[in-house]
Amino acid sequence: MAAPRIIVVGGGLAGLAAVIKIAEAGGTVDLFSIVPVKRSHSVCAQGGINAAKNLKGEGDTTDKHFDDTIYGGDFLANQTPVKAMCEAAPAIIDLLDRMGVPFNRTPEGLLDFRRFGGTLYNRTAFAGATTGQQLLYALDEQVRRHESDGKVRKFEGWEFLSAVLDSKGQARGITALDLRSMELRSFHADAIILATGGTGALFGKSTNSVICTGSAQSAIFQQGAYYGNGEFIQVHPTCIPGEDKLRLMSESARGEGGRVWVPRTPGDKRPVKQIPAAERFYFLEEWYPKYGNLVPRDVATRAIHKVVYELGLGLDGQPMVYLDLTHIDRATLNRKLEGILEIYEKFVGDDPRDVPMKIFPGVHYTMGGLWVDFNQMTSIPGIFAAGECEYQYHGANRLGANSLVSCIFGGFRSGPIALEYAKNLPDAEGDGGHAAELARQAEINGKLLNNAGTENPFKLWRELGESMTKHVTVIRYNKGLKQADEKVVELLDRYKNVNLSDRSQWANTSFAFARQLKNMLELSRVVAQGALLRDESRGAHYKPDFPDRNDEQFLKTTKASFTGEPAGPLFEFEEVDTQFIKPRPRSYTAAK
Amino acid sequence: MATKTVRFEIKRQANPDAPAVWENFELEWRPGMNVISAMMEIAANPVTADGRETTPITYDSNCLEEICGSCAMRINGKARMACSSLVDNLEQPIRVEPLSKFPLVRDLQVDRHVLFENLMAVKAWVPVDGTYDLGSGPRVFPQQQEANYPLSNCISCTCCMEVCPQFNEGTGFVGAATIAQVKLFNNHPTGKVFKEDRLRALAGDGGIQECGFAQNCVEACPKQIPLTNAISDVSRDVIIQKAKDFLRG
Repeated sequence: MAAPRIIVVGGGLAGLAAVIKIAEAGGTVDLFSIVPVKRSHSVCAQGGINAAKNLKGEGDTTDKHFDDTIYGGDFLANQTPVKAMCEAAPAIIDLLDRMGVPFNRTPEGLLDFRRFGGTLYNRTAFAGATTGQQLLYALDEQVRRHESDGKVRKFEGWEFLSAVLDSKGQARGITALDLRSMELRSFHADAIILATGGTGALFGKSTNSVICTGSAQSAIFQQGAYYGNGEFIQVHPTCIPGEDKLRLMSESARGEGGRVWVPRTPGDKRPVKQIPAAERFYFLEEWYPKYGNLVPRDVATRAIHKVVYELGLGLDGQPMVYLDLTHIDRATLNRKLEGILEIYEKFVGDDPRDVPMKIFPGVHYTMGGLWVDFNQMTSIPGIFAAGECEYQYHGANRLGANSLVSCIFGGFRSGPIALEYAKNLPDAEGDGGHAAELARQAEINGKLLNNAGTENPFKLWRELGESMTKHVTVIRYNKGLKQADEKVVELLDRYKNVNLSDRSQWANTSFAFARQLKNMLELSRVVAQGALLRDESRGAHYKPDFPDRNDEQFLKTTKASFTGEPAGPLFEFEEVDTQFIKPRPRSYTAAK
Repeated sequence: MATKTVRFEIKRQANPDAPAVWENFELEWRPGMNVISAMMEIAANPVTADGRETTPITYDSNCLEEICGSCAMRINGKARMACSSLVDNLEQPIRVEPLSKFPLVRDLQVDRHVLFENLMAVKAWVPVDGTYDLGSGPRVFPQQQEANYPLSNCISCTCCMEVCPQFNEGTGFVGAATIAQVKLFNNHPTGKVFKEDRLRALAGDGGIQECGFAQNCVEACPKQIPLTNAISDVSRDVIIQKAKDFLRG
């Protein structure tokens, strides 16, 4: 039999990690990415990567990391894979270190660690405040090395459109679009790994990069894959509001001592530095004395919402609070946080070393994603998923600095498993479904390109984002969730009337975007309806009408499947693996 | 009071063989607006200042926080990142053009693949034995980390290459970004095993001797990478390597 062919879609940390493992095991890989892989969204991760290396003499262990992660995720994550991830994390840090990641160091030349949210341990290794960038580059360099050895072929500037499935429903390849020539092609593969990141674009503006549309996940969801826990979306407490996006202000700012506060007097007119300590409301420190500013993100985000919308204490009546670093000396700030301070300086114009930053929560991370089994395989045989696009490591809320480790771990696991699967795959009957899938995609493309409608796809997307952000983020009411779903249905209908102002067949970004938009709309229904069904509050999912966690009814994974019917996706619920840590109430008002 | 507006002049070119044309746009001013958010606005309402319908502009962008390196273009004549180009800091009309030293794809999108090829040619990686668990990495003191970290911040935007008078088809010069990566990997305790290979790769035509020390690169770099220092250091190492190779025959 011919050597197995693997396709990896997505060149962020998870995708590159998978590629490296496959190449190392002697396999060859075709790597598809919308952007040159070095520009993938992993580059935006700032604060660090968790691993219980216990280099600070605190008695940290991988078990404690495991417990923090499960507890932080409000017990929704299956425990077996999370345990494995936490146990693998220290060796992953060592490997990244060997690859040359310029981690910050102690005076003795060892790895330095800092504290992040949802833990009491210094467990986060970091490279300034650009850790994701440094990690992505390290893996990018290793992939380039394998590329030079002929083990990896890159298809940069190609967008995944769909999986090619044979008559038995097994994956036999993909179809993809060359974003420059607009050529549609199918590619053979014996196994596919999707590592296509988060879905921030469903909410219009988020901390995500432009390419984080969830389009690939949605495409295979519509081809029959389960989507898990779609309703769990992390809203990061500290972002810089912007016209084009919400820029992340890393949790590491608080990890290094940053304090969140508002003046106790609404509309206090004094210059900020003249407001005395007693008249500042350090609400996280008052409400959560043990964890203080380092409560998990869902908790911090709700606290900021309460301060702004219930207590009316937003800065100058605006939805903003202070994130204050000005009490920390400049040299320390520059050594540990320069990357993010520069972002604030460049985009806002103030120096956060001198004046407190003004921040507000923003959509940040997709906890849910493609449902996968413990071998990272989706419910479609031969399609694997790794990284943010799958659902399994973070439960109902992700802890800060766990994303980088979950991406690399998931990628490392999926690569060799996919290779093994591919080696054992019998030959396809006929063409494995390639001609049929190509024809289906060509029809979609032709129809879209010639559609004589009036709707601008970018405007439809704005409406989607506004509705999803209003109804399906921090505070959720069933009435609003229903409205959000109805809005998506309306947009799906109007989408039929979409008009591309650009009909050319060369680097046509409107066309590519319109295709993504359809997939975003379908996936938005999974998120909104999943949230509607879950009548409880757990992690990032909060309903004031159902303020408590309800384990009896909802300690379950939400699994959505596509129907193509007007009513939307079909939902079922699956037991959660809780064999190691018994679920207990989650509270950060005291040490857990 | 009339709404405050922002004026743009954007260079358009439908494909590499099509003629270039300038289009003018007038957009409503918004606080914090940057060149990317302006182009997003145009995509949602693709109409020129004189009311003519047009197409959304093709350009590269991704992170919009100046870390992915995608959105380099010429703005008011200067090579820079569009996302961090705040409208309030720019003279109007804001003239936006593609980078001029790379093959044009469409509008503001160019093909900068050459940088990744150059990085491959100089083996810009640390040759680890494998990804299995081999224990911790070499000790690195904070002083070394602080020297290397800035070099590792290169976002591959190619602004340094765009502004370099020597970066052109005639010289085949690799450009400052690649040279800085050579310094980074030659500094690494394991990466330095390829030091000689990297220096030799920079010794021939298109190598480091093409640098004319115009120093434009270091000024254009959005990440303030000490590019000219890197070029000096690597240049010295290349000369030493050449001498060694000559003596060895």
